[in-house]
Amino acid sequence: MSVGVIDYEAGNLRSIETALEYLGATYVVSGDPDRLADCSRLVIPGVGDAAAAMDTLRARGLDRLILDFAGRGLPVFGICLGAQIVLDSSEENDARCLGLIPGRVRVFRPTRTEKVPHIGWNRAAAKHHHHPLFKEIPEDASFYFVHSFYPEPESGSDVVAQTEYGVRFASAIARGNVWAVQFHPEKSGRYGLRMLANYLDGAAHGDGAPAGDVQPEGARSREGDSA
Amino acid sequence: MLEKRVVVCLDVRDGRTTKGIRFKDNIDVGDPVEMARAYYEAGADELVFYDITASAEGRGIMIETVQKVAKEIFVPFAVGGGIGSVDHMREVLLAGAEKVSVNSQAVRDPGIIDEGARRFGRQCVVLGMDAKSDPQMPSGYRIYVNGGRKATERDALEWAQEAVDRGAGEIVVNSIDADGTKDGYEIALTRLISTNVSVPVVASGGAGTPEHVVEVFRDGAADAALVASMVHFGDYSVEDIKRTMAGSDIPVRMRW
Repeated sequence: MSVGVIDYEAGNLRSIETALEYLGATYVVSGDPDRLADCSRLVIPGVGDAAAAMDTLRARGLDRLILDFAGRGLPVFGICLGAQIVLDSSEENDARCLGLIPGRVRVFRPTRTEKVPHIGWNRAAAKHHHHPLFKEIPEDASFYFVHSFYPEPESGSDVVAQTEYGVRFASAIARGNVWAVQFHPEKSGRYGLRMLANYLDGAAHGDGAPAGDVQPEGARSREGDSA
Repeated sequence: MLEKRVVVCLDVRDGRTTKGIRFKDNIDVGDPVEMARAYYEAGADELVFYDITASAEGRGIMIETVQKVAKEIFVPFAVGGGIGSVDHMREVLLAGAEKVSVNSQAVRDPGIIDEGARRFGRQCVVLGMDAKSDPQMPSGYRIYVNGGRKATERDALEWAQEAVDRGAGEIVVNSIDADGTKDGYEIALTRLISTNVSVPVVASGGAGTPEHVVEVFRDGAADAALVASMVHFGDYSVEDIKRTMAGSDIPVRMRW
C-alpha cells in the first residue's frame, strides 16, 4: 500500500508526512501525476486559496489524476482545503472545483462572538456513527481547525459529522470512496491519528464505499503501471 | 463550540529548555523534545517554543529541535524568538512548526508580517507583543521590544490592529507588568486587544493558578492562554487547569 500525497504548493506538507510516518504508512509526496499514478490511496492536503489551488492542480494535470482515481473507486481523502475542492465550487474567488461531491464551499461571516478564521479545537459530532472514519473515536473528541471557508454538500447524506461555529457546518463529508475533513487530523492528537489510520485501514477494506466500488488491494491493474 | 486553548510555552537556549527543573515523572527536563512529548501526552492544546539563543549556531540547533519535535507531537506548535527575516520564518515552518511568532523584528520592520502572510498564509503568522501600562498612550499601553527591555513609541492597541491589517493571524499579548508575578494575567489589557481585533488572542504573562486561566477566558475574552512556570515546576498539570476550566463551564478539550 502506498499513499500518494498531492503537492500542489498549497501550504506545508510536513505535518501530514510526519503523521503518515508515525502510522507506518508508505507514502509519496509529489506534484507529478506520473509519480502518484501507482499509489493505492490519495491524500489531498493543503491550506490556502481554493482558486489558486485549482489553477495549480489543473496546470499539473493533478485534477485529472484525482478524478481518475476517484472514478476507479480508489480511496481519496481531502484535508482542509482538500476537503473544499472536492465539492463543485467555492465562494472563494468563485473557484470551480473538482465536483466529486455535489455542493459548494461557503465563507464564514464574522460575528460579534465568532472570529474568522475559525482557529482552534472544536468537536465534530458524527452524524453517521457507522462511518469508518469515526471508528473508535469517542463522541466528545475534538479536532484542530484553521479555516475561513466551510463545505456545504447538497445532500445531507454526504455529511458525516458537523461542527458548530456560529453556523452548524459539515466538518466531515463522504460519498463512496471520497472522504474529506475540514479539520486537520494530522494535528488533532491521538484521535486525529486514529482517524488517519481509519482512512488507511477502512478504505482498504471498502467500508464506507458503495458495494463493489473499491477494488481490493493489489487487484487493480492499469496499463503502464509498473511496480 | 470552539474550545479555549491551553498553550504551554517552553524557553529554549542552545537546544535546552531553561525552565522545568522540577518537572514530574523523571523526564529529562532539559530536553525540549522530551518536554514537548510529555506536554502533548498531558493534554496541551498547543505548544510554543521561544528561542532565547543569541548565536547563529544556536539558531541551527533550534531548527534541529523543531524537526525533532514535529516528529513527536501531533498538535500544533509555534516557534518564536529572534525571527529576523521571511527566510528565517520559512526555515522554521519547513522544519515542521505550524506557526511562527514575530515580535521585535516586526516592530522594526512591519513588512515582515505582510510578506510572511502573503508567502505562508496568515494562519502561520503570529504577532507576539510585549505591552506595559502607560497612561500617556492612547490605549493606556505601550509596546516594548528586545524582551521587554526597550520602550517604543507604539501604542499597543494601534499596533495590534495594524498587525492584523498587515496579515497577522493571531496575537500573543504579553503583559510586562504581570509577567513573572504569578498574580494572574492582566485582564484589562487582554480584553482590550481581544475585543478590538478580528483574530484570536493568546493571553500571556502572570499565570500562577488554574483560576487565573479561568479568569482570563471569562473576563479577559482570551481565545487561548499561555502557561509556563505553573506547569513546568509541577505546581499544576495541564489536566488540573483543564478540569478547573471545565468546572467553570469554559469549553475545553478534555479528551486526548
